[in-house]
Amino acid sequence: MRKLRAWLLRFKGLFLKDAREKELTDELESHLQMHIDDNIRTGMSPQEARRVAIMKLGGVDQAKEAYRDRATIPFLESVVQDLRFTLRQLRRTPAFAVTATAMVAIGIGASVAIFAFVDAALIKPLPYQDPSRLLYVSETNPDIPLANLSYPDYLDWKKLNTSFESLEVYGPRGYPISTSTGMEIVDGARVTAGFFRTLGVGPLLGRDFQTGEDLPEAPRTLILSYASWQKRFGGKQEIVGQPITLDETPYTIIGVLPQNFHFAPVENAEFWTTVNPIGTCFPKRSCHSLRGIARLKDGVSIEAALADVTRIAKDLEAQYPDSNRNQGATLGPLSHLIVGDVKPMLLLLLGGAALLLLIACINVASLLLVRSETRRRELAVRRALGATRMRLIRQFVIESLVIVVIGTIVGLFSSQWAMQMLKGLIPIGMLAGMPYLNDLAFNSRVVLFAVAIAGFGAALFSLTPAFRLASLDMREGMAEGSRGSAGKAWTRIGSKLVIVELTTAMVLLVAAGLLGKSFYRLLQVDTNFETKHLITMTIRPPVSAYGEDPQAIALGRKIVNEVKNLPGVTAVALTDLLPLTYNSNTEWIRFAGREYSGEHNEVNHRGVSSEYFVTLQAKLLRGRMFNDSEDQTKPKVAVINQTLAKKYYPGEDPIGQRFGDTQLDPKSMKEIVGVVDDIREGTLDSDIWPAYYYPFNQNPYINYSLVVRTAQDDESLLPTVADAIRRIDSRISIANETTMMARVNNAPTVYLRRSAAWLVAGFAAVALLLGVVGLYGVIAYSVTQRTREIGVRIALGAQRSTVYGLILKEAGALALAGIVIGTGCAILAASLMRKMLFGTPPWDVTTLVCVAAVLGASALLASFLPARRAASVDPISALRAE
Amino acid sequence: MSKTEIWQGTLALMILKTLDTLGPLHGYGIARRIEQISGDRLSLNYGTLYPSLLKLEQEGWIVSEWGVSENNRKAKYYKLTRSGRKQLEREATEWNQTTAIVARFFAPLEEES
Repeated sequence: MRKLRAWLLRFKGLFLKDAREKELTDELESHLQMHIDDNIRTGMSPQEARRVAIMKLGGVDQAKEAYRDRATIPFLESVVQDLRFTLRQLRRTPAFAVTATAMVAIGIGASVAIFAFVDAALIKPLPYQDPSRLLYVSETNPDIPLANLSYPDYLDWKKLNTSFESLEVYGPRGYPISTSTGMEIVDGARVTAGFFRTLGVGPLLGRDFQTGEDLPEAPRTLILSYASWQKRFGGKQEIVGQPITLDETPYTIIGVLPQNFHFAPVENAEFWTTVNPIGTCFPKRSCHSLRGIARLKDGVSIEAALADVTRIAKDLEAQYPDSNRNQGATLGPLSHLIVGDVKPMLLLLLGGAALLLLIACINVASLLLVRSETRRRELAVRRALGATRMRLIRQFVIESLVIVVIGTIVGLFSSQWAMQMLKGLIPIGMLAGMPYLNDLAFNSRVVLFAVAIAGFGAALFSLTPAFRLASLDMREGMAEGSRGSAGKAWTRIGSKLVIVELTTAMVLLVAAGLLGKSFYRLLQVDTNFETKHLITMTIRPPVSAYGEDPQAIALGRKIVNEVKNLPGVTAVALTDLLPLTYNSNTEWIRFAGREYSGEHNEVNHRGVSSEYFVTLQAKLLRGRMFNDSEDQTKPKVAVINQTLAKKYYPGEDPIGQRFGDTQLDPKSMKEIVGVVDDIREGTLDSDIWPAYYYPFNQNPYINYSLVVRTAQDDESLLPTVADAIRRIDSRISIANETTMMARVNNAPTVYLRRSAAWLVAGFAAVALLLGVVGLYGVIAYSVTQRTREIGVRIALGAQRSTVYGLILKEAGALALAGIVIGTGCAILAASLMRKMLFGTPPWDVTTLVCVAAVLGASALLASFLPARRAASVDPISALRAE
Repeated sequence: MSKTEIWQGTLALMILKTLDTLGPLHGYGIARRIEQISGDRLSLNYGTLYPSLLKLEQEGWIVSEWGVSENNRKAKYYKLTRSGRKQLEREATEWNQTTAIVARFFAPLEEES
């Protein structure tokens, strides 16, 4: 305790220097006076008295020195001195100070911002109890790696498995509700009763679903998300127990979920209800509408669980060969399902940020090296005056610490800004699918990361000059105008560092180039319909009024006609699933008059109204389109896409052929009347699947999307179209009003590649700048070192062009080395990010050549300035300067 | 323990004892008193006294205050605190024990003779 007190006082002593010095001087002065008085009393002369007193004290300055050592902490005292000296030095060279700290700030800011995203998405555990034991569970088949579960399969899996503590299913579902602006469709989800218990999440208010509440006869219950409770019900406590009508069915609100709860697979679901398996889909093994989550039993590995469900799926396949053929099982950690899409992109960006950090660090290190070179004489003088090597090294350590600390602080502030900006760039719709980004923030892990890289930077920056210092020859340093081996040594180290920088810049540039090209390729993908000037929206009429087929057909016709009459609209159609959504809504078909051995000919099917192909401007290749009079009274017809025609009717004319379901049920048989070009139903980066289209009027449904072709400006027509539909019946819900172009641009496949391309391009641009500045630095320094040599050459008759060549050759060698090594590294790095590429190989020659050209040209530019200075050296003054 | 550490410790003990005996006193007075008590056998470098005084003050055994000397000179007076007095008692006991033990090593071996 006493010791601590003493240390604290000594620490305080660091800052009270002036007052303490004055007091000590006074005290010693009074001491001397008293001693002198005594000495005079014993008969000495005043001079003699003073001399003896000072001698006895052991010298005034020596006494003060001893006192000072005790008053403060000598080590810290000298650190404070070094710190003051450093700050003075930095103030004297503001260009260096600003450049170095700015580089540190850029490097740290970028990496910390990206790391915060990585942390929120990949490191931070999901907000469930013991999330590492949670799995996604789904069926799988050769065409669809992650296929939904059918309800009967789910029940069997639940009953037969030995690996799961619990297995539950969920599925997204929209619920129409009436709001002040008319009917609206609210995102929701239906789950089996144990869903929240499996996640380990309890409600904030009210209660969870109870066992049995997900059975068909159970009364309908509903749990609200926190956001929905706040937004739609004003956050009232008495909400629990209130009735609510959704989709014309009465529900009771039984609970509210906690604020931090999120479940990305169903995005921003507001209403959570139970599955209640009624309707046509649930009893069928072939109707896959649910996704599974499970909690592993203790001691069961993921592999064992996978083997378990695979065995069950095999048994079911044997038992139900018709519906379960090729239906395997798959599972994995729930986190993979939730962050699987963004993981490669985030790791890519983290890699980019790391390279940027590396290049920034190397630049700062070279700046510090150059500085230590220019300070050689000063250092030699200080050594000669008795400074220890440690003391000199400490000076460098403190200098780099100051730069790193300031740079880190600036970097942290800018990363905060960058994080918000990056998050702001994510479209709202996609952000809803990334709820884990809600707690994007500085947390202990992010701060630890920042401290770690700052520490790494500080170590690097203090070690490089310190290392150089070890080889410092004192005499040489002192020698007037010496430009001996040390200068050359720096040029050697510096040029190696520049090669690393150029290599790094090359890697980033190539990555940006490949991503940019992938993005371009993706947008060039032929959708086989016109995406411009096309409006889309989801429509959901009330079941009670339009549940019967004739009513549904009549409403469909009415909507199409009303909208078509609007000014600016040229064509209108209905479809049950918009193009560019996903390959889904599939069916297994069987061809009339052919051998059949139970294989699954899985094809997309879409119910569309008669003007669908006209509206999309899809090319009809053979036969005819539908006409509006083709309804249930007429023979069933279908239009197939080119892929289906090629796959199943190779070398045959499909027109007039018939196909149906796997049983060839007469009611399911359809005659092919036309072949249409491959309208891209799935995402831009997925394959074209076989598909057939059937007339809406022959098999109507009441959840559909509207496609509207407009003459010019599409976006401004959105409200007009919605109003026209609401005028038909105000009970019709409308959602997702947007344009096809917006859908394309905001699609995750497009968005992820676009943002990756832009961000990596940003990193690459900064890296290029830093690399080129680094090259300039080395060449410029080398020219200064060689001024005398160049002067001699010119004096001996060397042409200016020879001098240019001399310097440009030096720079060219460095740039070439950087480009060659960089090409190798870039191909390697690009192979690692192959997942992010599309239609572009990692060794794409055009990209490599373009990047090499850009880098080479920039390097040439950077070395041209020093070369010109070298060529304009005046031989006389160059020689005299020595 | 190095020689200076022993010297530091004993010097501190001497300072505390001096302040205990004479009451508040300035640095010069303390130095003279130590020399007197030692019968001028101890030649003290007065400068070394001040770091010791500072250390004792930092540790809280003594406090200082500016005052006026008997010859009307301004001087900094040091005074023992209550905890300093206790510390003196502790250190004195320790010192006596240590010296007694060391003394026994150098005493003639009575029992065996």
